[in-house]
Amino acid sequence: MGFDPRYLERNFTSVGTRPVRPDGLDKVTGRARYGADFNMAGQLVGAILRSPHAHARIRNIDTSKAEKLAGVKAVVTSADLPDLTDGNAEMYAILDNCMARGKALYDGHAVAAVAAIDARTARKALKLIEIDYEVLPHVTDVDEAMKPTAPVLHETVFTEGVEPTPDKPSNVAKRTQYGHGDIEAGFGQADFIVERSFKTEQTHQGYIEPHACVANANSDGTADLWVCTQGHFVYRQHCAELLGLEVSKLRVTSSEIGGGFGGKTHVWAEPVALALSRKAGRPVKLVMTRDEVFRASGPTSATSIDVKIGARKDGTITAATATLRYSCGPWYGMWAELGAMTSFACYNLENVKTVGYEVLVNRPKVAAYRAPSAPMAAFAVESVIDELAKKLEMDAVEFRIRNAAREGTRSSYGPVYGPIGIGPTLEAAKNHPHMKAPLGKNQGRGMACGFWFNFGGQTCTDINIGPDGSVSLAVGTMDVGGSRASLSMVAAEELGIPYENVKAVVADTSSLGYNDMTDGSRGTFSTSLATISAARNAIQVLRERAAQTWDIPVEDVAWEKGHAVAKGEKYGNLPSLSLKEIAAKAGNTGGPIAGHSELVADGAGVSFATHICDIEVDPQTGATKVLRYTVVQDAGKAVHPTYVEGQYQGGAAQGIGWALNEEYIYGTDGRLQNAGFLDYRIPVCSDLPMIDTQILEIPNPNHPYGVRGVGETSIVPPLAAIANAVSNAAGVRMTHIPMSPPRILAAIKGEQAG
Amino acid sequence: MVQVTLWGSLAATAGGKDKLEIEAKDIRELFRKLAEQYPAFEPFIDRGIAVAIDGVIYRDTWSKELPQDAEIFLLPRLAGG
Amino acid sequence: MAGVAVSTTINGDNVEYLCQPDETLLDVLRDRLGLTGAKEGCGTGDCGACSIILDDRLVCSCLVLGAEAQGRRVETVEGMAHGDKLHPLQQKFLEHAALQCGICTPGFLIAAKDLLARNPDPSEEEIRFGLAGNLCRCTGYDKIVRAVQDAASVMKGA
Repeated sequence: MGFDPRYLERNFTSVGTRPVRPDGLDKVTGRARYGADFNMAGQLVGAILRSPHAHARIRNIDTSKAEKLAGVKAVVTSADLPDLTDGNAEMYAILDNCMARGKALYDGHAVAAVAAIDARTARKALKLIEIDYEVLPHVTDVDEAMKPTAPVLHETVFTEGVEPTPDKPSNVAKRTQYGHGDIEAGFGQADFIVERSFKTEQTHQGYIEPHACVANANSDGTADLWVCTQGHFVYRQHCAELLGLEVSKLRVTSSEIGGGFGGKTHVWAEPVALALSRKAGRPVKLVMTRDEVFRASGPTSATSIDVKIGARKDGTITAATATLRYSCGPWYGMWAELGAMTSFACYNLENVKTVGYEVLVNRPKVAAYRAPSAPMAAFAVESVIDELAKKLEMDAVEFRIRNAAREGTRSSYGPVYGPIGIGPTLEAAKNHPHMKAPLGKNQGRGMACGFWFNFGGQTCTDINIGPDGSVSLAVGTMDVGGSRASLSMVAAEELGIPYENVKAVVADTSSLGYNDMTDGSRGTFSTSLATISAARNAIQVLRERAAQTWDIPVEDVAWEKGHAVAKGEKYGNLPSLSLKEIAAKAGNTGGPIAGHSELVADGAGVSFATHICDIEVDPQTGATKVLRYTVVQDAGKAVHPTYVEGQYQGGAAQGIGWALNEEYIYGTDGRLQNAGFLDYRIPVCSDLPMIDTQILEIPNPNHPYGVRGVGETSIVPPLAAIANAVSNAAGVRMTHIPMSPPRILAAIKGEQAG
Repeated sequence: MVQVTLWGSLAATAGGKDKLEIEAKDIRELFRKLAEQYPAFEPFIDRGIAVAIDGVIYRDTWSKELPQDAEIFLLPRLAGG
Repeated sequence: MAGVAVSTTINGDNVEYLCQPDETLLDVLRDRLGLTGAKEGCGTGDCGACSIILDDRLVCSCLVLGAEAQGRRVETVEGMAHGDKLHPLQQKFLEHAALQCGICTPGFLIAAKDLLARNPDPSEEEIRFGLAGNLCRCTGYDKIVRAVQDAASVMKGA
């Protein structure tokens, strides 16, 4: 019988409650094991040598002195990681990023690695590796990189997506376009048009745990990897492909993860650790320093965006267009494309066109960062929306409500929406007490909306019922923020047993079928689908066992509140059998009782949020203070509302840091100047107020409980909401993120100078 | 017959046509026929194409049936954080 | 390099170890003594994930040498609970969901313990500034502050 994922209204017992998470105790006692907390007997310490140049040809690498140093057991370069990617551009980029092949493409690019008996010896060995670089001209700015005169990173890149294909190589790897209608005609109908250009600087996900792994590669082709990752099955696939291992002979165990936010979605140093281990014949532990995390693991794109929106006097938007240029680092991604898709997704537009350009620069390879690419696009669009509302003398919320997308709207990225939550989040924001609270001098209020797709993917879950009736739930999606709690609740809900009777674990890659990683807000959505399906399969077995015990047809056995119940008058005297009672007899009714599920979780529901914030700006210094912040977001169904709130608050805080302070600063030498938490300052406790949340529940029709993803959308509106608040407080339109004190001060002075 | 709408970049490889009529019962057949008619589609399919059916995005379920009157929209496979 | 012999007290137990003169106390705790509760988030004293209490003073153990622990008292997250009874801060962090990924949690618990020892009745602002040396990237701090407020009121009542 196929699994039916359609939404059905129901009353919940476990889902919607707020139990303590199962992994919490280990985390408050210091017992939880993260990437760097694992050790193997006889392990070596790995370390990576990184390019000090933004762009340089590697003429020669001499590792002989390092190899001779006492205590050094292996030295590897790109020669030890031959190209096995077979024309797969995405995998080649990952390989090239793991270890430079021929050219170093950014400050921090790995060029060689060593494994030694201790950290001191490893560091010493790195200094003995001699590299002959031919330093090349570099480019780190997204707009500069697009100019015809810019140094070109790859002679093989000719802009994709333009006809005819250019005959000269450039840093513009790809052009993409979205939209519908007739832009020119739309602007022709507009009474007011606002057009502006924006820039946002590069930020890092800023997870507190640096990348860490222990690799053990054996001479018989088997290997083990212990690693912090958002997707251990994906890491297994990447490492197996890059090292020529058989997938099933590489066992990857995910440690607890100390934050990822998209930054741990593909491999960085893990193949290098495996190559070192293979060469040395011993386990190798490789832990990045914070400096390496900033210089060489994936930040988000820096962007340059132009937006133009026109509206009639009555407040109807007639046309909207955006051109989005996103830096990708040295290899192209779909970052501008995601910006182009998401930029106008909140609105019901007759005429819309967006164009994205993927731009290569001498900066680290861009990785996904929570709703990747959407926050920057939302910043530009929502700033212009606010400005247009002012021109129309309309309330900013009313203007958005008037133009909000709804069920049946053709989205700016193409498909027509089903039931969606943008309208309800706007109405909730409009009626929120925050909107009416008084403001003081130099204070301003801003609001903005945000969108993220959410997605599903391949998912596999096992439920095993113990002889005492307790239930173990094995999932394959990494728990990044409490999903073991929410998934245990889902299993308990389906089986009709208490939450405490379920123990969820994240299984290693040898114990469960393939799972896509925890990204795209899919963890709870996808794995709850698989868990419901697995639980229903287990219930089928439980019913069969009860039927056998009673010697009646299984069709006459129903499952109600954790018990098998014989249905029908003729069974009037049969007492129900609890899950525990059936489990106790499992050995004599056919053996262990389990439920499995392997599925593709498609049909994730799109997600919308509206944020409100109050900012005070000091006109003397340009310093800002976040006074109040409110998040309203549609969760579909909040399985564990406390952790849903946590996702809303965390995304908002990351967005606040991005909006006000965080940025990669490069010198003219192409080197990153602030590769540490002192100079790349993420928000600290005293920077923030309490973050209020309001969870809306507009059920996703493609999930039995109505669950949508909740993890990412919360980072989309803050840049724009804060920019609008700062603009309202300081009387100047801010067009460059982050709005650090010097930028705000310069804007205020510029305005005063007229 | 189902009507399929292509996103901008894919439309360029179909000679600028952004709407195609194709006889296909499910996503698998749709991809097969698209690749037959437009060989330039193949790299896109390899890279990953998501299919939106009445607004719901399917990334991997190639057995998903295509209802005759449904709105079918092709999108690139998405990345997330 | 010759090792330095150190005799110290960790979570009330007498402990002796040999360490290198340039080895941090964090590395000693984690790599020599198996106390991996303190985490290295930066190695430069900016993130607070390695927070410990050294002779009643909150420090980043990545900025202290292992040799400096000679004759002193070290408190780590592993010493916060008494047997199976959690410290009120640990209990409230669980109840308020003051952790998501949990990597910063040991540091926050130690810093909050130090804060409440010095100021048993802190205002929200005092909590926020008291914990400003610890970075959390997941929670936005909201639930951490509430957990500390709640723990403070429980501890006052005790």
